[in-house]
Amino acid sequence: MRRSSLAIYLIAGWSGYYVMALELLGARALSPYFGSGIYVWGAVITVFMLSLSIGYLLGGRLSLGRPSTRVLGFVLLAAVASALPCVVWSDVILEFVFDRVDDPRYGALLASVVLFFAPITLCGAISPYAVRLIVANLGSTGQTAGFVFFISTLGSTLGTLVTSFYLVLLFEVDQILIGMSVISMLVAANALRFGHEGAAP
Amino acid sequence: MRFILLLFALLCAFPEPGAARDVFRKRSLYRDILVQESDGQRCMKFGIHDAGRQSCMSLADPDRLVFDYTRMLMGALYLNPNPRRILVIGLGGGSVPGALQALLPEATIDCVEIDPAVAEVAAQFFEFQPARNTKLHFQDGRVFVKRAARKRETYDLIILDAFDHVYVPEHLLTKEFLLEVRALLSAGGVVAANTFSTSRLYDSESATYSAVFGRFFNLKSDNRVILATAGNLPSGELLRRNADAFELRLRRLGTGRDSLLPMFSRDVEWPPGTRILTDQYSPANLLNGGRY
Repeated sequence: MRRSSLAIYLIAGWSGYYVMALELLGARALSPYFGSGIYVWGAVITVFMLSLSIGYLLGGRLSLGRPSTRVLGFVLLAAVASALPCVVWSDVILEFVFDRVDDPRYGALLASVVLFFAPITLCGAISPYAVRLIVANLGSTGQTAGFVFFISTLGSTLGTLVTSFYLVLLFEVDQILIGMSVISMLVAANALRFGHEGAAP
Repeated sequence: MRFILLLFALLCAFPEPGAARDVFRKRSLYRDILVQESDGQRCMKFGIHDAGRQSCMSLADPDRLVFDYTRMLMGALYLNPNPRRILVIGLGGGSVPGALQALLPEATIDCVEIDPAVAEVAAQFFEFQPARNTKLHFQDGRVFVKRAARKRETYDLIILDAFDHVYVPEHLLTKEFLLEVRALLSAGGVVAANTFSTSRLYDSESATYSAVFGRFFNLKSDNRVILATAGNLPSGELLRRNADAFELRLRRLGTGRDSLLPMFSRDVEWPPGTRILTDQYSPANLLNGGRY
């Protein structure tokens, strides 16, 4: 396997981890303002699904032309940057929404959109883009896509398990988010080393 | 061998027949609500099998407070004998707001319960009827408290008794939540919280209450009840005087001065440096391992 392919799979797997960890911690961040009822989970999951679906479209569109591993690294960096409000200003944003929306269902939904739409959309763009980078020839497209989804969803599995079972027992929510941001930057930086040579002809 | 293991598992899962009779079962948005009768008591449980009892009522004497913790919560009246505005978070079978309605007919009670199905079961099987000046609010306790603080409302007595099938929900155990609760207290207002008395969470919970309220009274039996105020705790002399004033009324509910007063303790019995629970760090149900 080429080293650029490794970098691509690493991004796919890590972004899968990142999405689920952010979903769990995000619902946690909403509970002081909107409660922990089923509707808070409903709001968070709705926004995550919507963002991912739009991200898939965006990633596919972005992969047309001359895709490169470096661009994929920038997509991940952009996702981390757009998640900054979750880490730094979540209380201000949540207060703002809480004061303006009475119904906790719509409050949770609106807050989820503000906090999670941008980072999760960008994370969603990663898998289709990664498929395009790794596909070597038309005949193996399905197999490549399958393997990218496998890696990405395995990452999500880990992100869910590790975060909810262990990390919340050891760290504060913000510490986990900052740690995830740092790892994201390292994973993205690793991909920035590769240019267009990572792309199949 | 496998058969024996299976048999053992089955015995663990199902208590011996005839121990408790299922009276009613209802699936709500949040949980399974089970009403069972045994030994002259009717109890509300959350869960499918033999889950913890949320609320119990004596069939022969419905006014009597069956659980230790409900009687200990009445100890809050020894700190503030005349609460006019009361907030109860967590309805269950309604035994606590029911007792307060009977003890203090003039008081206004706001009762917050997330699950409307629980209120239906309380009315149908536990004889709970909201009095004229009792209002039920169906929403998350934390959201209610935050909104009430925004509206600058105050309460003379706040009872924290919200439980899911495992324990107090995590966002109702944090320092930030308790600060919001404290902001709702009137001068002389009292918080009374129902918690478990043995679990890994006990220390963290105690340290968190202490960080927000300073010294508090601890009442322990099967459960532990925390009685805290925004200001200084009243003297033993004042507690005894208030206890005397309530003696006749509390006796009808099955408790009183002689059982409650000796339980009041101000001891700090958790290790120094115990990590407190915050909105950032609240793995409460994980810390609560082993006890359900």
